[in-house]
Amino acid sequence: MNDATIKVRPISIAVLAIGGEGGGVLADWIAVLAEHSGYRAQATSVPGVAQRTGATIYYLELFPIAAAKAAGRDPVLALMPVPGDVDIVIASELMEAARAVERGLVTPDRTTLIASTHRVFAMNERTALADGRADETKLIEACGAAARRMIAFDMEAMAEATGSVVSAVLFGALAGSGVLPLQRPAFEMAIRRSGVGVSGSLAAFAAGFEAARDGAAKPKPTPVPAPDPIPSALDTLLREFDVSADAMTLVRAGVLRLVDYQDLAYARTYLERLRPIRQIDAARGRDDRLLAETARQLALAMSYEDTIRVAALKIRPERFVRVREEVKLGDGQILEIAEYLHPRTEEIADTLPAGIGRWLLRTGWARRVVDRFTRSGRTVKTTSIGGFLLLYLVAALQPLRRRSLRFAAEQASIDAWLDTVSKTAARNYELALGVAKMRGLIKGYGDTHAGGRAKYDAMAECLPRLIDRAGAAERLALLHKAALADESGETLRRAMQDL
Amino acid sequence: MAERSFREEVRKLRLGAGEEFRGEGILAVTKALLQAGVSYVSGYQGAPISHLVDVLGDASEVLAELGVRFESSANEAAAAAALAASVNYPLRGAATFKATVGTNVASDALANLASSGVKGGALIIVGEDYGEGSSIMQERSHAFAMKSQIWLLDPRPNLPSIVHAVEMGFELSEASNTPVMLELRIRACHVYGSFVAKDNVRPDFTRRDALERPNRDVNRIVLPPASYLHEREKIEQRWPAAVRFIEQNKLNEFFDGDASDIGIVMQGGMYNTVLRALEILGLADVFGESRIPLYVLNVTYPLIDAEFVRFCAGKKSILIVEEGQPEFIEQAVNTILRRADIQTRIEGKGMLPRAGEYTGAVVKDGVRKFLERYRADLLAPVEASAATRAEQVAKTQGSIAGQVQGRPPSFCTGCPERPIFAAMKLVERELGPHHVSCDIGCHLFSILPPFNIGNTTMGYGLGAAGASALDHPTAGKRAISIVGDGGFWHNGLASSVGNAVFNKSDNVMIVVDNGYSAATGGQDLLSSAADNPARSTKNSIENAVRGVGVNWVRAITNTYDVGRMRDTLKEALTTPQKGPKVIIAESECMLNKQRRVRPLIGKMIQDGKRVVRDRFGVDPETCTGDHSCIRLSGCPSLTIAPNPDPLRREPITKVINSCVGCGLCGEVAHAAVLCPSFYKASIINNPHGWDRFKARVRDAVIGWLQRRIERRAVAAA
Repeated sequence: MNDATIKVRPISIAVLAIGGEGGGVLADWIAVLAEHSGYRAQATSVPGVAQRTGATIYYLELFPIAAAKAAGRDPVLALMPVPGDVDIVIASELMEAARAVERGLVTPDRTTLIASTHRVFAMNERTALADGRADETKLIEACGAAARRMIAFDMEAMAEATGSVVSAVLFGALAGSGVLPLQRPAFEMAIRRSGVGVSGSLAAFAAGFEAARDGAAKPKPTPVPAPDPIPSALDTLLREFDVSADAMTLVRAGVLRLVDYQDLAYARTYLERLRPIRQIDAARGRDDRLLAETARQLALAMSYEDTIRVAALKIRPERFVRVREEVKLGDGQILEIAEYLHPRTEEIADTLPAGIGRWLLRTGWARRVVDRFTRSGRTVKTTSIGGFLLLYLVAALQPLRRRSLRFAAEQASIDAWLDTVSKTAARNYELALGVAKMRGLIKGYGDTHAGGRAKYDAMAECLPRLIDRAGAAERLALLHKAALADESGETLRRAMQDL
Repeated sequence: MAERSFREEVRKLRLGAGEEFRGEGILAVTKALLQAGVSYVSGYQGAPISHLVDVLGDASEVLAELGVRFESSANEAAAAAALAASVNYPLRGAATFKATVGTNVASDALANLASSGVKGGALIIVGEDYGEGSSIMQERSHAFAMKSQIWLLDPRPNLPSIVHAVEMGFELSEASNTPVMLELRIRACHVYGSFVAKDNVRPDFTRRDALERPNRDVNRIVLPPASYLHEREKIEQRWPAAVRFIEQNKLNEFFDGDASDIGIVMQGGMYNTVLRALEILGLADVFGESRIPLYVLNVTYPLIDAEFVRFCAGKKSILIVEEGQPEFIEQAVNTILRRADIQTRIEGKGMLPRAGEYTGAVVKDGVRKFLERYRADLLAPVEASAATRAEQVAKTQGSIAGQVQGRPPSFCTGCPERPIFAAMKLVERELGPHHVSCDIGCHLFSILPPFNIGNTTMGYGLGAAGASALDHPTAGKRAISIVGDGGFWHNGLASSVGNAVFNKSDNVMIVVDNGYSAATGGQDLLSSAADNPARSTKNSIENAVRGVGVNWVRAITNTYDVGRMRDTLKEALTTPQKGPKVIIAESECMLNKQRRVRPLIGKMIQDGKRVVRDRFGVDPETCTGDHSCIRLSGCPSLTIAPNPDPLRREPITKVINSCVGCGLCGEVAHAAVLCPSFYKASIINNPHGWDRFKARVRDAVIGWLQRRIERRAVAAA
């Protein structure tokens, strides 16, 4: 056994990426870099069908040719990483970095972890009925704890800023980390040799290099625009709410939402509806969790999305500006916006004055006529004069909203809910909190709204059975969780049977 | 290969003697074939050997110069059958496909070939799709080699060894009149390395000679009495000849070590992993200098009794590192040593897992276990620091348990197959769930979230065949089956469509026609829309389906029309008409479409031409964070983002700039009556004067109205 060379070990690098997001390019750059810097490079991967947006891993080993010459033999390089034996792990996204940790590839004695902290959400995170996101802070903490050294920042944002891809920033971060005994020009030459998108890649590389060397520049906190002033007419009423800052933000947001949604009077109703809740909290001293949650849910409930609201939001100047930014509209380009709308007879009836609305839903022939025109969805070009005017006129129905069929129904259900909240609070505050939250199940449009409503009603029904039982609040929380487990409400049904 | 060029790879095929070849293992094999003077190569694409097929598909010039015919075969059986040319003639030929699925399909031809025996060298190159990254059932090609007595090479995973194996494979085949199988694992196919090239060889005896001077030998035809003769030949002549050749040419390798009372036997493909394990355990250096004697089987079938007897002499025990199951080698070695009455203990699956990939960690643990039993003195004691480190790692891993979610492959951004399953979801809401028999191809991703559609997959082109038994005259429902255009031409026309017609099936079959063999890398097919000088394309699937007797056929030329897709599927499931109902859903694979159009569009914009680019978006104010749109799509560009609304908690849906504007989001919002949050943004590059005029006018009018809205808002507050 040759003791002179036993100490020389290959540098092992694992690249964890998401299929189709440039992990292969990065692996190639590293291989080319090494081959032109006196190393033998062996790279391999298991892409196959994982190239289709799946998690993929590339593995490289670099060995100094000089050492091989000294020994007069070729090194035997491994084709896959061995946990505990990896020098550098590069991850193109936060959960992939955490995956490397989970697979044991990142170890505190030797691994330098270079990762972008942005998220590419996994399917189950995206399809959740509410919020199914993984805990980012947990992931980052774990990565930091597992690695000997971690270089992590939002490289995706940096790539976008430089009009390039994340792999170039990662390559820059690898260079900037100084973990490879190679100089910056060698890295840049590797990019040039690849010959594609060179200038963009070099810019992204430079950004990643500096961020890794000097520690990532802290992203400047986007200045929070000062909230619009509350109409003075509501000052006296608002003064009754001497609550914590957090609760107050929600109340104010609610007031502004409803002034914008309907009018001052509507916002006043909002505050008057909150008053009893405030008194419940006040009676318990410095606790305004119930007010906070109710203020939030009430504002959302009162500003339910009807055709009028949607039309109003679609035609706003701010919205036009936002879309331009989102699609990165350049000079000399023209933008056209088309909305995908599918109002059904129900939504139309909802918007009509209560009497006519009911008549429309009841009267077979009338309903059939409207049905025919609403069977398929419509695309309305908001950037055309005709399309804009259409939405403008619908939005102009706002004053009539108070007399609409839907308005009456919503107000009734809101009052019923508030009543339940107050009554419950008198006997079980925590449970009341759950009841307040429960209102959040009713959201969205069409079938989604109907489904949410059905789940809410089902849960409301079993409240009486719950209220005097031990751990009622916890049980309700479980039901709420079950309600969010699927669209059909099957899980909720089963959970209620087990109750 | 329509939308990708392999010019660079083809250039490497031209390297001459002494030049250094750098590239992937499978490309090295391609080069080695030309160096070995092959007359023909046939193959069916599939990871990990697609690259060989793709590159030769682009290499018509080089092939013409060398007089090599390349067949992009209809399926693996056709690829294997092509090797028949080496039965009567001294022609070297190679067939390649993915294993074991390809070997399954090919085995009819392979068994006949092996029985006939060959005059010219016949090499079967199989990409063993086993372990991490595999997309198929976990089996071994080894069994196929044994059952038909085809010799099996499993070389060390470095380019020089792999290239050497190709050369030796042809010689072994000719020396023993037996086809030879070269097994390469996924990582070996994709490993990037180098070897010193030789000149390509133009064969002396050509296919033309064979055609013009045909040679017939009835004893080479699989029919009694020759078939009995073949079996005896295999045992009495071909096998001994192979053993002789393998021994004389030292195809298997022995490495000495000072711990001479034990030893490790391994498949050649396992060599690097075993060496790294030994190196980490401090028993080898990085150059392969091992303290433990090693016996590397670059030929895993047949085994050479004499070599085992020699290796085991004076050893109390050997460890056999054999990936996959059953442990054919371990069993055979037990027989060999028993017959030779040698007492050496044979360890294998007792020390290593019986099933699953032999990764670095697995092999390291197995070798350690073996040494603890037989030579504990060789192992350095585990330091305390290592133990505490292990604890620490375990603790960190525990802290994210359940947080790290799987990220299986899925449909690409804008994939035309997605709307088909979105439509199936909508039908499911109306008519309830159906039994769905799937096939092989990207469309099989339907079994995963968000669609969760599909009950079984029985193989390539077997979608409808897999539903054939579930067909009942009085049942209230029909089974649905899926077949891709790849599977359709591979085997589906006969086994799925023809079979359904002949057996008067009443089921529904969806043919997903995206214009490519997409899952294997986007190769052309009979029905591809692209012109391909070397192949015949544009052959209609609809004509083929009607041709075998299907009367109810609906061709949908825009799968993104979810409403139409849904209604057609409903009609197929409910129509009183008897016989199979076939829906052909055609839209181009978006991955390949983007490869094709992106450069063109970029150029048009640069040249100042008017180009309209569509992409979709979601209005955060109207999105209520229910994500039902994502549950009906799952498109990578349709994701979530923090909710800007201080009153809301759920993340909103967001369309990111990778959106290709396929239109599915809008169609789904319409068809499923979801929500009004989706908008289509059409960005007009290099607008005409008329565009600019229209824009000026409407901006004036709309601007005026918007100022009125703002004034009112102020008044209200």
